[in-house]
Amino acid sequence: MVIEEIAEKYNLKKIEAADEIPSFYCTRDSITDILSEFHKHFEILLDITAVDYLGKRDKRFEVVYLLLSIKNRTRLRLKVPLDEGEKIPSASSLWKNANWLEREVYDMFGIEFEGHPDLRRILLYPEFEGHPLRKDYPLKKSQPRIKLLRPERE
Amino acid sequence: MERMLLNIGPSHPAMHGTIQIKVELDGERVIRADVEIGYLHRGFEKTAENRTYMQVIPYTDRLNYVSPILNNLAYAMAVEKLLGIDVPPRAKWLRMIFGEISRITDHLTCIAPIGMELGAFTVFLYMIKAREFLWDILDATTGARLTTSYVRIGGVKADVPDNFEELLKEALREVRKAVKDVHGLLSNNPIFLKRTRDIAVVSQAEALSYGFTGPVLRSTGFYYDVRKTFPYLYYDEVEFDVPLGERGDNYDRYMVRMKEIEQSIRIIEQAFKKIEKGPVRTEDEVVEAYEAIEASHRGKYLDGKLKLSPNLEGMEKDLYDQIMAKVPRYILPPKEDLYRTMEGMIKHFKLIMSGHGLRPPTGEVYVPVEGGNGELGFYIVSDGGDRPYRLHLRAPVFSIMSALGKMIEGHYVADVIPTFASINMIGGELDR
Repeated sequence: MVIEEIAEKYNLKKIEAADEIPSFYCTRDSITDILSEFHKHFEILLDITAVDYLGKRDKRFEVVYLLLSIKNRTRLRLKVPLDEGEKIPSASSLWKNANWLEREVYDMFGIEFEGHPDLRRILLYPEFEGHPLRKDYPLKKSQPRIKLLRPERE
Repeated sequence: MERMLLNIGPSHPAMHGTIQIKVELDGERVIRADVEIGYLHRGFEKTAENRTYMQVIPYTDRLNYVSPILNNLAYAMAVEKLLGIDVPPRAKWLRMIFGEISRITDHLTCIAPIGMELGAFTVFLYMIKAREFLWDILDATTGARLTTSYVRIGGVKADVPDNFEELLKEALREVRKAVKDVHGLLSNNPIFLKRTRDIAVVSQAEALSYGFTGPVLRSTGFYYDVRKTFPYLYYDEVEFDVPLGERGDNYDRYMVRMKEIEQSIRIIEQAFKKIEKGPVRTEDEVVEAYEAIEASHRGKYLDGKLKLSPNLEGMEKDLYDQIMAKVPRYILPPKEDLYRTMEGMIKHFKLIMSGHGLRPPTGEVYVPVEGGNGELGFYIVSDGGDRPYRLHLRAPVFSIMSALGKMIEGHYVADVIPTFASINMIGGELDR
Protein backbone atom coordinates (compact mmCIF):
# COMPACT_ATOMS: atom_id res chain seq x y z
CA MET A 1 0.00 0.00 0.00
CA VAL A 2 1.15 3.51 -0.81
CA ILE A 3 0.67 4.84 2.70
CA GLU A 4 3.07 2.35 4.28
CA GLU A 5 5.72 2.94 1.62
CA ILE A 6 5.74 6.69 2.16
CA ALA A 7 5.52 6.31 5.93
CA GLU A 8 8.56 4.03 5.84
CA LYS A 9 10.46 6.37 3.56
CA TYR A 10 10.04 9.30 5.95
CA ASN A 11 10.18 7.13 9.08
CA LEU A 12 6.82 8.31 10.39
CA LYS A 13 5.55 7.26 13.80
CA LYS A 14 2.19 5.49 13.70
CA ILE A 15 -0.66 6.48 16.02
CA GLU A 16 -3.42 4.11 17.07
CA ALA A 17 -6.84 5.67 16.49
CA ALA A 18 -10.26 4.32 17.42
CA ASP A 19 -11.66 4.96 13.95
CA GLU A 20 -9.04 2.84 12.13
CA ILE A 21 -7.92 5.73 9.94
CA PRO A 22 -4.14 5.35 9.39
CA SER A 23 -2.55 8.14 11.44
CA PHE A 24 1.05 9.32 11.61
CA TYR A 25 3.14 11.91 13.37
CA CYS A 26 5.17 14.19 11.09
CA THR A 27 7.65 16.92 11.82
CA ARG A 28 7.36 20.54 10.85
CA ASP A 29 10.38 20.42 8.55
CA SER A 30 9.32 17.41 6.52
CA ILE A 31 5.57 18.08 6.25
CA THR A 32 5.81 19.85 2.87
CA ASP A 33 7.66 16.90 1.29
CA ILE A 34 5.32 14.36 2.87
CA LEU A 35 2.20 16.23 1.79
CA SER A 36 3.44 16.59 -1.77
CA GLU A 37 4.17 12.83 -1.86
CA PHE A 38 0.68 12.05 -0.60
CA HIS A 39 -0.81 14.64 -2.95
CA LYS A 40 -0.14 12.28 -5.86
CA HIS A 41 -2.42 9.63 -4.35
CA PHE A 42 -4.95 11.56 -2.27
CA GLU A 43 -7.35 13.62 -4.38
CA ILE A 44 -9.11 15.48 -1.64
CA LEU A 45 -7.89 17.42 1.36
CA LEU A 46 -10.81 16.95 3.72
CA ASP A 47 -9.74 19.06 6.60
CA ILE A 48 -7.04 20.94 8.41
CA THR A 49 -7.59 21.59 12.06
CA ALA A 50 -5.61 21.85 15.26
CA VAL A 51 -5.80 20.68 18.87
CA ASP A 52 -4.45 22.64 21.82
CA TYR A 53 -2.81 20.35 24.39
CA LEU A 54 -1.95 23.11 26.84
CA GLY A 55 -0.02 21.61 29.75
CA LYS A 56 -0.72 18.05 28.59
CA ARG A 57 2.01 17.44 26.04
CA ASP A 58 5.53 18.77 25.43
CA LYS A 59 4.57 20.64 22.31
CA ARG A 60 1.47 22.71 22.79
CA PHE A 61 -0.34 22.40 19.45
CA GLU A 62 -0.99 19.59 17.03
CA VAL A 63 -2.05 20.50 13.51
CA VAL A 64 -4.17 17.70 12.03
CA TYR A 65 -4.45 17.05 8.28
CA LEU A 66 -7.13 14.71 6.99
CA LEU A 67 -6.78 13.40 3.44
CA LEU A 68 -9.09 11.26 1.34
CA SER A 69 -8.24 8.91 -1.49
CA ILE A 70 -11.34 7.79 -3.35
CA LYS A 71 -9.32 5.56 -5.68
CA ASN A 72 -7.87 3.55 -2.78
CA ARG A 73 -10.94 3.95 -0.55
CA THR A 74 -8.98 5.27 2.37
CA ARG A 75 -8.49 8.29 4.53
CA LEU A 76 -5.27 9.41 6.14
CA ARG A 77 -4.53 11.54 9.16
CA LEU A 78 -1.23 13.40 9.62
CA LYS A 79 -0.33 15.26 12.77
CA VAL A 80 2.33 17.88 13.24
CA PRO A 81 3.26 18.89 16.81
CA LEU A 82 4.10 22.56 17.15
CA ASP A 83 5.34 24.76 19.96
CA GLU A 84 3.75 28.08 20.66
CA GLY A 85 4.92 30.67 18.12
CA GLU A 86 6.27 28.06 15.70
CA LYS A 87 5.22 28.41 12.09
CA ILE A 88 4.23 25.63 9.72
CA PRO A 89 4.54 25.58 5.92
CA SER A 90 1.31 26.16 4.02
CA ALA A 91 -0.30 23.48 1.85
CA SER A 92 -2.24 25.96 -0.26
CA SER A 93 -0.09 25.31 -3.32
CA LEU A 94 -1.13 21.63 -3.28
CA TRP A 95 -4.85 21.80 -2.52
CA LYS A 96 -6.79 24.97 -3.13
CA ASN A 97 -9.16 24.65 -0.19
CA ALA A 98 -6.14 24.67 2.15
CA ASN A 99 -6.28 28.44 1.78
CA TRP A 100 -9.49 28.81 3.78
CA LEU A 101 -8.85 25.87 6.10
CA GLU A 102 -5.50 27.35 7.15
CA ARG A 103 -7.08 30.74 7.63
CA GLU A 104 -9.54 29.15 10.03
CA VAL A 105 -6.75 27.45 12.02
CA TYR A 106 -4.93 30.79 12.18
CA ASP A 107 -8.11 32.52 13.29
CA MET A 108 -8.95 30.03 16.02
CA PHE A 109 -5.50 29.03 17.28
CA GLY A 110 -3.08 31.73 16.12
CA ILE A 111 -0.90 29.22 14.28
CA GLU A 112 0.81 30.95 11.37
CA PHE A 113 1.30 29.28 8.01
CA GLU A 114 4.44 30.19 6.06
CA GLY A 115 3.91 30.94 2.39
CA HIS A 116 0.15 31.39 2.72
CA PRO A 117 -1.06 33.90 0.11
CA ASP A 118 -3.63 35.67 2.28
CA LEU A 119 -3.36 34.85 5.97
CA ARG A 120 -6.01 36.80 7.82
CA ARG A 121 -8.97 36.04 10.06
CA ILE A 122 -11.89 34.31 8.39
CA LEU A 123 -14.73 33.69 10.84
CA LEU A 124 -13.96 36.51 13.27
CA TYR A 125 -13.42 40.17 12.58
CA PRO A 126 -9.94 41.74 12.28
CA GLU A 127 -10.14 43.65 15.57
CA PHE A 128 -10.82 40.49 17.61
CA GLU A 129 -8.28 40.02 20.41
CA GLY A 130 -6.91 36.54 21.08
CA HIS A 131 -7.66 33.16 19.55
CA PRO A 132 -10.81 31.59 20.96
CA LEU A 133 -10.12 27.87 20.59
CA ARG A 134 -6.93 28.07 22.64
CA LYS A 135 -7.48 26.43 26.00
CA ASP A 136 -6.30 29.55 27.85
CA TYR A 137 -8.89 31.78 26.19
CA PRO A 138 -11.43 32.51 28.95
CA LEU A 139 -14.93 31.26 28.16
CA LYS A 140 -16.63 34.49 29.15
CA LYS A 141 -14.05 36.95 27.91
CA SER A 142 -15.58 40.08 26.44
CA GLN A 143 -14.06 41.90 23.53
CA PRO A 144 -13.26 45.62 23.45
CA ARG A 145 -15.55 47.89 21.53
CA ILE A 146 -14.42 48.55 17.98
CA LYS A 147 -13.75 52.16 17.09
CA LEU A 148 -16.34 53.45 14.67
CA LEU A 149 -15.12 54.66 11.32
CA ARG A 150 -17.38 57.67 11.63
CA PRO A 151 -18.49 59.26 14.92
CA GLU A 152 -22.00 58.42 16.05
CA ARG A 153 -24.66 61.00 15.36
CA GLU A 154 -26.18 62.75 18.35
CA MET B 1 -13.06 51.44 -18.46
CA GLU B 2 -13.90 52.45 -14.92
CA ARG B 3 -14.41 49.62 -12.45
CA MET B 4 -16.97 49.56 -9.74
CA LEU B 5 -16.73 47.89 -6.35
CA LEU B 6 -20.03 46.46 -5.17
CA ASN B 7 -20.87 44.95 -1.80
CA ILE B 8 -23.52 42.25 -1.96
CA GLY B 9 -24.62 41.44 1.56
CA PRO B 10 -24.28 40.76 4.46
CA SER B 11 -27.86 41.97 4.70
CA HIS B 12 -29.29 41.88 1.25
CA PRO B 13 -32.77 40.78 0.18
CA ALA B 14 -31.34 38.26 -2.28
CA MET B 15 -28.92 36.59 0.15
CA HIS B 16 -30.16 33.44 1.85
CA GLY B 17 -27.74 33.77 4.66
CA THR B 18 -25.58 36.42 6.15
CA ILE B 19 -22.56 36.48 3.90
CA GLN B 20 -20.81 39.25 2.07
CA ILE B 21 -19.59 39.05 -1.50
CA LYS B 22 -17.41 41.97 -2.59
CA VAL B 23 -17.39 42.07 -6.36
CA GLU B 24 -15.32 44.21 -8.67
CA LEU B 25 -17.36 44.97 -11.75
CA ASP B 26 -16.55 45.93 -15.29
CA GLY B 27 -19.96 47.00 -16.50
CA GLU B 28 -22.07 44.03 -15.46
CA ARG B 29 -19.29 41.48 -15.51
CA VAL B 30 -17.58 40.29 -12.36
CA ILE B 31 -13.81 40.74 -12.62
CA ARG B 32 -12.88 39.70 -9.12
CA ALA B 33 -14.87 38.49 -6.16
CA ASP B 34 -13.98 38.23 -2.53
CA VAL B 35 -16.21 36.21 -0.20
CA GLU B 36 -16.40 37.24 3.45
CA ILE B 37 -17.91 34.72 5.84
CA GLY B 38 -18.33 34.45 9.58
CA TYR B 39 -21.40 36.58 10.18
CA LEU B 40 -23.17 33.62 11.77
CA HIS B 41 -20.21 32.40 13.82
CA ARG B 42 -21.42 31.45 17.29
CA GLY B 43 -18.50 29.44 18.62
CA PHE B 44 -20.02 25.96 18.25
CA GLU B 45 -16.67 24.21 18.73
CA LYS B 46 -15.75 26.21 21.84
CA THR B 47 -19.24 25.68 23.25
CA ALA B 48 -19.02 21.93 22.64
CA GLU B 49 -15.75 21.76 24.58
CA ASN B 50 -17.60 23.10 27.58
CA ARG B 51 -20.69 20.89 27.38
CA THR B 52 -21.10 17.23 28.25
CA TYR B 53 -21.47 14.77 25.38
CA MET B 54 -25.25 14.63 25.79
CA GLN B 55 -25.60 18.40 25.94
CA VAL B 56 -23.92 18.82 22.55
CA ILE B 57 -26.74 17.09 20.64
CA PRO B 58 -29.14 20.09 20.55
CA TYR B 59 -26.32 22.29 19.26
CA THR B 60 -25.83 19.96 16.30
CA ASP B 61 -29.42 20.67 15.17
CA ARG B 62 -28.41 24.24 14.54
CA LEU B 63 -25.54 23.43 12.17
CA ASN B 64 -27.23 22.55 8.91
CA TYR B 65 -30.71 23.52 9.96
CA VAL B 66 -32.45 22.22 6.85
CA SER B 67 -31.22 18.66 7.43
CA PRO B 68 -30.77 18.50 11.21
CA ILE B 69 -31.05 14.73 11.52
CA LEU B 70 -27.97 14.17 9.40
CA ASN B 71 -25.98 16.33 11.81
CA ASN B 72 -27.40 14.47 14.82
CA LEU B 73 -26.50 11.22 13.07
CA ALA B 74 -22.89 12.18 12.38
CA TYR B 75 -22.38 13.31 15.96
CA ALA B 76 -24.06 10.28 17.53
CA MET B 77 -22.09 7.91 15.30
CA ALA B 78 -18.82 9.60 16.24
CA VAL B 79 -19.52 9.30 19.97
CA GLU B 80 -20.70 5.70 19.56
CA LYS B 81 -17.48 4.84 17.78
CA LEU B 82 -15.53 6.44 20.61
CA LEU B 83 -17.51 4.41 23.15
CA GLY B 84 -17.43 1.27 21.03
CA ILE B 85 -21.17 0.59 21.19
CA ASP B 86 -23.55 -0.60 18.51
CA VAL B 87 -27.21 0.23 17.95
CA PRO B 88 -30.09 -2.21 17.32
CA PRO B 89 -31.29 -2.84 13.74
CA ARG B 90 -34.56 -0.96 14.08
CA ALA B 91 -32.73 2.15 15.24
CA LYS B 92 -30.41 1.86 12.24
CA TRP B 93 -33.30 1.61 9.78
CA LEU B 94 -35.04 4.53 11.46
CA ARG B 95 -31.85 6.56 11.24
CA MET B 96 -31.70 5.78 7.53
CA ILE B 97 -35.34 6.66 6.88
CA PHE B 98 -35.14 9.93 8.73
CA GLY B 99 -31.70 10.72 7.33
CA GLU B 100 -33.09 10.39 3.82
CA ILE B 101 -36.14 12.47 4.70
CA SER B 102 -33.69 15.12 5.87
CA ARG B 103 -31.73 14.85 2.65
CA ILE B 104 -34.90 15.44 0.66
CA THR B 105 -35.76 18.53 2.72
CA ASP B 106 -32.21 19.76 2.19
CA HIS B 107 -32.42 19.33 -1.59
CA LEU B 108 -35.90 20.83 -1.76
CA THR B 109 -34.65 23.84 0.16
CA CYS B 110 -31.78 24.17 -2.28
CA ILE B 111 -33.77 23.86 -5.50
CA ALA B 112 -36.59 26.16 -4.39
CA PRO B 113 -34.42 29.32 -4.28
CA ILE B 114 -32.64 28.47 -7.56
CA GLY B 115 -36.00 28.79 -9.25
CA MET B 116 -36.90 31.86 -7.26
CA GLU B 117 -33.69 33.68 -8.14
CA LEU B 118 -34.46 33.21 -11.81
CA GLY B 119 -37.99 34.54 -11.49
CA ALA B 120 -39.78 31.20 -11.23
CA PHE B 121 -41.50 31.83 -7.95
CA THR B 122 -43.97 28.99 -8.52
CA VAL B 123 -41.12 26.51 -8.13
CA PHE B 124 -40.31 27.95 -4.75
CA LEU B 125 -43.89 27.54 -3.53
CA TYR B 126 -44.24 23.99 -4.89
CA MET B 127 -41.02 22.85 -3.24
CA ILE B 128 -41.65 24.51 0.09
CA LYS B 129 -45.16 23.08 0.14
CA ALA B 130 -43.80 19.57 -0.41
CA ARG B 131 -41.28 20.16 2.35
CA GLU B 132 -44.05 20.93 4.81
CA PHE B 133 -45.40 17.38 4.46
CA LEU B 134 -42.00 15.96 5.34
CA TRP B 135 -41.76 18.25 8.31
CA ASP B 136 -45.15 17.02 9.47
CA ILE B 137 -43.59 13.56 9.74
CA LEU B 138 -40.68 14.94 11.71
CA ASP B 139 -43.08 16.87 13.90
CA ALA B 140 -45.15 13.77 14.65
CA THR B 141 -42.09 11.63 15.42
CA THR B 142 -39.58 13.93 17.04
CA GLY B 143 -41.82 16.68 18.37
CA ALA B 144 -40.10 19.43 16.41
CA ARG B 145 -39.86 20.56 12.82
CA LEU B 146 -36.31 21.86 12.73
CA THR B 147 -34.61 21.33 16.07
CA THR B 148 -35.19 17.61 16.13
CA SER B 149 -32.40 16.13 18.32
CA TYR B 150 -33.83 12.80 17.16
CA VAL B 151 -30.73 10.64 16.82
CA ARG B 152 -29.32 9.97 20.27
CA ILE B 153 -26.22 8.22 21.44
CA GLY B 154 -27.11 4.52 21.39
CA GLY B 155 -30.26 4.75 19.30
CA VAL B 156 -32.98 7.20 18.45
CA LYS B 157 -35.22 9.27 20.67
CA ALA B 158 -38.49 7.44 20.11
CA ASP B 159 -40.25 5.00 17.84
CA VAL B 160 -42.48 6.25 15.04
CA PRO B 161 -46.14 7.15 15.70
CA ASP B 162 -48.96 4.79 14.74
CA ASN B 163 -50.02 6.74 11.67
CA PHE B 164 -46.45 6.91 10.37
CA GLU B 165 -47.16 4.88 7.24
CA GLU B 166 -50.00 7.17 6.17
CA LEU B 167 -47.96 10.28 6.81
CA LEU B 168 -44.98 8.88 4.93
CA LYS B 169 -47.04 7.78 1.93
CA GLU B 170 -48.77 11.11 1.69
CA ALA B 171 -45.52 13.05 2.00
CA LEU B 172 -43.70 10.96 -0.60
CA ARG B 173 -46.64 11.34 -2.97
CA GLU B 174 -46.51 15.11 -2.53
CA VAL B 175 -42.73 15.20 -3.03
CA ARG B 176 -43.01 13.09 -6.18
CA LYS B 177 -45.70 15.40 -7.47
CA ALA B 178 -43.64 18.51 -6.74
CA VAL B 179 -40.54 17.02 -8.38
CA LYS B 180 -42.57 16.05 -11.45
CA ASP B 181 -44.10 19.53 -11.66
CA VAL B 182 -40.74 21.23 -11.28
CA HIS B 183 -39.21 18.97 -13.94
CA GLY B 184 -41.98 20.13 -16.21
CA LEU B 185 -41.51 23.77 -15.31
CA LEU B 186 -37.72 24.04 -15.38
CA SER B 187 -35.78 21.10 -16.80
CA ASN B 188 -36.49 21.89 -20.46
CA ASN B 189 -37.41 25.52 -20.05
CA PRO B 190 -35.36 27.60 -22.54
CA ILE B 191 -35.11 30.57 -20.18
CA PHE B 192 -33.95 28.35 -17.34
CA LEU B 193 -31.46 26.57 -19.61
CA LYS B 194 -30.08 29.85 -20.87
CA ARG B 195 -29.62 31.14 -17.36
CA THR B 196 -28.02 28.00 -15.91
CA ARG B 197 -26.21 26.09 -18.67
CA ASP B 198 -22.44 26.79 -18.67
CA ILE B 199 -22.73 29.26 -15.83
CA ALA B 200 -20.15 28.90 -13.06
CA VAL B 201 -18.55 25.77 -14.51
CA VAL B 202 -16.23 23.84 -12.23
CA SER B 203 -13.93 21.28 -13.81
CA GLN B 204 -13.42 17.91 -12.16
CA ALA B 205 -9.78 18.60 -11.28
CA GLU B 206 -10.67 21.93 -9.76
CA ALA B 207 -13.55 20.47 -7.79
CA LEU B 208 -11.23 17.88 -6.25
CA SER B 209 -8.59 20.45 -5.50
CA TYR B 210 -11.14 22.60 -3.72
CA GLY B 211 -12.26 19.62 -1.64
CA PHE B 212 -15.79 19.44 -3.03
CA THR B 213 -17.91 16.52 -1.90
CA GLY B 214 -21.56 15.60 -2.29
CA PRO B 215 -23.90 16.74 -5.08
CA VAL B 216 -21.60 19.57 -6.15
CA LEU B 217 -18.70 17.17 -6.78
CA ARG B 218 -21.01 14.64 -8.46
CA SER B 219 -22.30 17.34 -10.79
CA THR B 220 -18.83 17.42 -12.36
CA GLY B 221 -19.16 13.71 -13.15
CA PHE B 222 -16.95 12.40 -10.37
CA TYR B 223 -18.33 9.37 -8.56
CA TYR B 224 -18.00 9.77 -4.83
CA ASP B 225 -20.71 9.18 -2.30
CA VAL B 226 -19.89 8.27 1.31
CA ARG B 227 -22.92 5.97 1.34
CA LYS B 228 -21.42 3.89 -1.48
CA THR B 229 -17.67 4.22 -0.94
CA PHE B 230 -17.66 3.80 2.85
CA PRO B 231 -21.09 2.26 3.59
CA TYR B 232 -22.50 2.87 7.05
CA LEU B 233 -25.83 1.89 8.66
CA TYR B 234 -27.54 -0.42 6.10
CA TYR B 235 -26.76 1.52 2.94
CA ASP B 236 -25.11 -1.57 1.45
CA GLU B 237 -28.40 -3.48 1.78
CA VAL B 238 -30.55 -1.11 -0.25
CA GLU B 239 -30.43 -0.37 -3.94
CA PHE B 240 -29.93 3.15 -5.15
CA ASP B 241 -28.06 4.97 -7.87
CA VAL B 242 -25.68 7.86 -7.57
CA PRO B 243 -26.72 10.45 -10.17
CA LEU B 244 -23.85 12.18 -11.92
CA GLY B 245 -23.66 15.38 -13.92
CA GLU B 246 -21.46 16.09 -16.92
CA ARG B 247 -20.38 19.69 -17.08
CA GLY B 248 -20.40 20.90 -13.49
CA ASP B 249 -22.46 24.00 -14.18
CA ASN B 250 -25.50 25.39 -12.37
CA TYR B 251 -27.87 23.22 -14.39
CA ASP B 252 -26.03 20.02 -13.48
CA ARG B 253 -26.03 20.95 -9.84
CA TYR B 254 -29.79 21.47 -10.05
CA MET B 255 -30.31 18.21 -11.96
CA VAL B 256 -28.16 16.07 -9.65
CA ARG B 257 -30.16 17.27 -6.66
CA MET B 258 -33.46 16.61 -8.44
CA LYS B 259 -32.40 13.05 -9.25
CA GLU B 260 -31.09 12.49 -5.74
CA ILE B 261 -34.50 13.26 -4.32
CA GLU B 262 -35.90 10.35 -6.35
CA GLN B 263 -33.12 8.06 -5.13
CA SER B 264 -33.77 9.07 -1.53
CA ILE B 265 -37.43 8.18 -1.97
CA ARG B 266 -36.32 4.78 -3.28
CA ILE B 267 -34.16 4.25 -0.19
CA ILE B 268 -36.98 5.23 2.16
CA GLU B 269 -39.41 2.85 0.50
CA GLN B 270 -37.00 -0.08 0.63
CA ALA B 271 -36.04 0.69 4.21
CA PHE B 272 -39.69 0.85 5.22
CA LYS B 273 -40.22 -2.62 3.77
CA LYS B 274 -37.20 -4.11 5.52
CA ILE B 275 -37.69 -2.55 8.94
CA GLU B 276 -38.79 -4.94 11.68
CA LYS B 277 -40.18 -4.41 15.13
CA GLY B 278 -37.69 -4.17 17.94
CA PRO B 279 -36.03 -1.88 20.43
CA VAL B 280 -34.85 1.56 19.29
CA ARG B 281 -32.05 1.95 21.80
CA THR B 282 -29.22 -0.32 22.88
CA GLU B 283 -29.30 -2.44 25.98
CA ASP B 284 -27.28 -0.35 28.36
CA GLU B 285 -24.56 -1.43 30.70
CA VAL B 286 -25.27 -0.61 34.30
CA VAL B 287 -22.80 1.36 36.34
CA GLU B 288 -22.50 -0.12 39.82
CA ALA B 289 -23.19 2.33 42.62
CA TYR B 290 -19.63 2.47 44.00
CA GLU B 291 -18.24 3.16 40.54
CA ALA B 292 -20.76 5.95 39.97
CA ILE B 293 -19.94 7.59 43.28
CA GLU B 294 -16.25 7.49 42.52
CA ALA B 295 -16.83 8.89 39.05
CA SER B 296 -18.94 11.76 40.33
CA HIS B 297 -16.14 12.72 42.73
CA ARG B 298 -13.62 12.73 39.92
CA GLY B 299 -13.28 16.28 38.66
CA LYS B 300 -12.90 17.10 35.02
CA TYR B 301 -9.23 17.97 35.26
CA LEU B 302 -8.20 15.35 37.79
CA ASP B 303 -6.67 12.35 36.13
CA GLY B 304 -6.14 10.05 39.10
CA LYS B 305 -8.94 8.52 41.11
CA LEU B 306 -9.96 10.46 44.17
CA LYS B 307 -9.94 8.40 47.32
CA LEU B 308 -13.08 8.38 49.34
CA SER B 309 -12.62 8.48 53.10
CA PRO B 310 -9.45 6.39 53.32
CA ASN B 311 -10.18 5.09 56.82
CA LEU B 312 -13.58 3.61 56.15
CA GLU B 313 -13.45 2.83 52.45
CA GLY B 314 -14.08 -0.84 52.94
CA MET B 315 -16.92 -0.23 55.37
CA GLU B 316 -18.69 2.31 53.21
CA LYS B 317 -18.72 0.20 50.09
CA ASP B 318 -21.52 -2.04 51.34
CA LEU B 319 -23.69 1.00 51.88
CA TYR B 320 -23.23 2.46 48.42
CA ASP B 321 -26.18 0.54 47.05
CA GLN B 322 -28.39 2.18 49.63
CA ILE B 323 -27.02 5.63 48.86
CA MET B 324 -27.32 5.45 45.13
CA ALA B 325 -29.42 3.74 42.49
CA LYS B 326 -27.82 1.80 39.66
CA VAL B 327 -27.43 4.24 36.82
CA PRO B 328 -27.06 3.76 33.06
CA ARG B 329 -23.70 4.17 31.40
CA TYR B 330 -24.55 5.67 28.02
CA ILE B 331 -28.16 5.65 27.06
CA LEU B 332 -30.90 8.05 28.07
CA PRO B 333 -34.13 6.51 29.37
CA PRO B 334 -37.32 6.95 27.29
CA LYS B 335 -39.00 10.30 27.85
CA GLU B 336 -42.11 8.60 29.30
CA ASP B 337 -40.01 7.06 32.08
CA LEU B 338 -38.41 10.39 32.80
CA TYR B 339 -41.73 12.08 33.47
CA ARG B 340 -43.48 9.22 35.22
CA THR B 341 -40.95 7.36 37.34
CA MET B 342 -38.38 8.28 39.94
CA GLU B 343 -35.76 5.92 38.50
CA GLY B 344 -36.19 7.42 35.05
CA MET B 345 -35.60 10.85 36.48
CA ILE B 346 -32.42 9.72 38.25
CA LYS B 347 -31.12 8.00 35.13
CA HIS B 348 -31.77 11.08 33.06
CA PHE B 349 -30.10 13.32 35.63
CA LYS B 350 -27.04 11.10 35.83
CA LEU B 351 -26.42 11.38 32.11
CA ILE B 352 -27.36 14.98 31.44
CA MET B 353 -26.09 17.02 34.36
CA SER B 354 -22.57 18.42 34.39
CA GLY B 355 -20.14 16.41 36.43
CA HIS B 356 -22.00 13.19 35.58
CA GLY B 357 -22.58 11.96 32.07
CA LEU B 358 -20.79 9.46 29.92
CA ARG B 359 -17.02 9.33 29.82
CA PRO B 360 -15.61 7.81 26.64
CA PRO B 361 -12.09 6.37 26.74
CA THR B 362 -9.16 8.52 25.70
CA GLY B 363 -8.74 8.67 21.96
CA GLU B 364 -9.74 10.44 18.82
CA VAL B 365 -12.22 9.64 16.13
CA TYR B 366 -13.43 11.00 12.80
CA VAL B 367 -16.76 9.72 11.54
CA PRO B 368 -18.28 11.01 8.32
CA VAL B 369 -21.74 10.63 6.88
CA GLU B 370 -23.12 11.78 3.55
CA GLY B 371 -24.75 15.06 4.50
CA GLY B 372 -27.02 17.15 2.34
CA ASN B 373 -24.04 18.97 0.86
CA GLY B 374 -21.34 16.34 1.03
CA GLU B 375 -19.10 14.62 3.50
CA LEU B 376 -20.12 15.80 6.94
CA GLY B 377 -17.82 14.53 9.64
CA PHE B 378 -17.17 15.04 13.30
CA TYR B 379 -13.63 14.91 14.66
CA ILE B 380 -13.72 14.34 18.39
CA VAL B 381 -10.72 14.13 20.71
CA SER B 382 -11.49 12.67 24.12
CA ASP B 383 -9.27 12.94 27.17
CA GLY B 384 -11.40 10.56 29.22
CA GLY B 385 -13.46 13.36 30.74
CA ASP B 386 -17.17 14.03 30.47
CA ARG B 387 -16.75 16.71 27.83
CA PRO B 388 -15.12 16.50 24.40
CA TYR B 389 -11.55 17.79 24.69
CA ARG B 390 -11.80 19.03 21.12
CA LEU B 391 -14.68 18.79 18.72
CA HIS B 392 -14.39 19.84 15.11
CA LEU B 393 -16.96 19.72 12.36
CA ARG B 394 -15.83 19.01 8.82
CA ALA B 395 -18.42 21.20 7.12
CA PRO B 396 -18.86 20.31 3.44
CA VAL B 397 -20.07 23.79 2.59
CA PHE B 398 -16.89 25.40 3.91
CA SER B 399 -14.71 23.90 1.19
CA ILE B 400 -17.32 24.58 -1.49
CA MET B 401 -17.72 28.20 -0.46
CA SER B 402 -13.96 28.75 -0.75
CA ALA B 403 -14.41 28.29 -4.49
CA LEU B 404 -17.40 30.62 -4.88
CA GLY B 405 -15.21 33.64 -5.68
CA LYS B 406 -13.56 31.74 -8.52
CA MET B 407 -16.84 30.30 -9.78
CA ILE B 408 -18.55 33.62 -10.37
CA GLU B 409 -15.60 35.38 -11.99
CA GLY B 410 -16.36 36.38 -15.57
CA HIS B 411 -20.12 36.06 -15.19
CA TYR B 412 -22.82 38.69 -14.87
CA VAL B 413 -23.94 40.08 -11.53
CA ALA B 414 -27.35 38.52 -12.14
CA ASP B 415 -25.70 35.06 -12.14
CA VAL B 416 -24.02 35.55 -8.78
CA ILE B 417 -27.13 34.83 -6.71
CA PRO B 418 -28.33 31.72 -8.65
CA THR B 419 -24.80 30.29 -8.44
CA PHE B 420 -24.77 30.99 -4.75
CA ALA B 421 -28.17 29.26 -4.45
CA SER B 422 -27.02 26.23 -6.45
CA ILE B 423 -24.30 25.33 -3.94
CA ASN B 424 -26.80 25.56 -1.09
CA MET B 425 -24.85 27.52 1.45
CA ILE B 426 -26.21 27.08 4.96
CA GLY B 427 -24.85 29.71 7.31
CA GLY B 428 -25.17 27.59 10.42
CA GLU B 429 -22.92 24.92 9.00
CA LEU B 430 -20.48 27.25 7.27
CA ASP B 431 -19.75 29.56 10.17
CA ARG B 432 -20.37 27.12 13.02
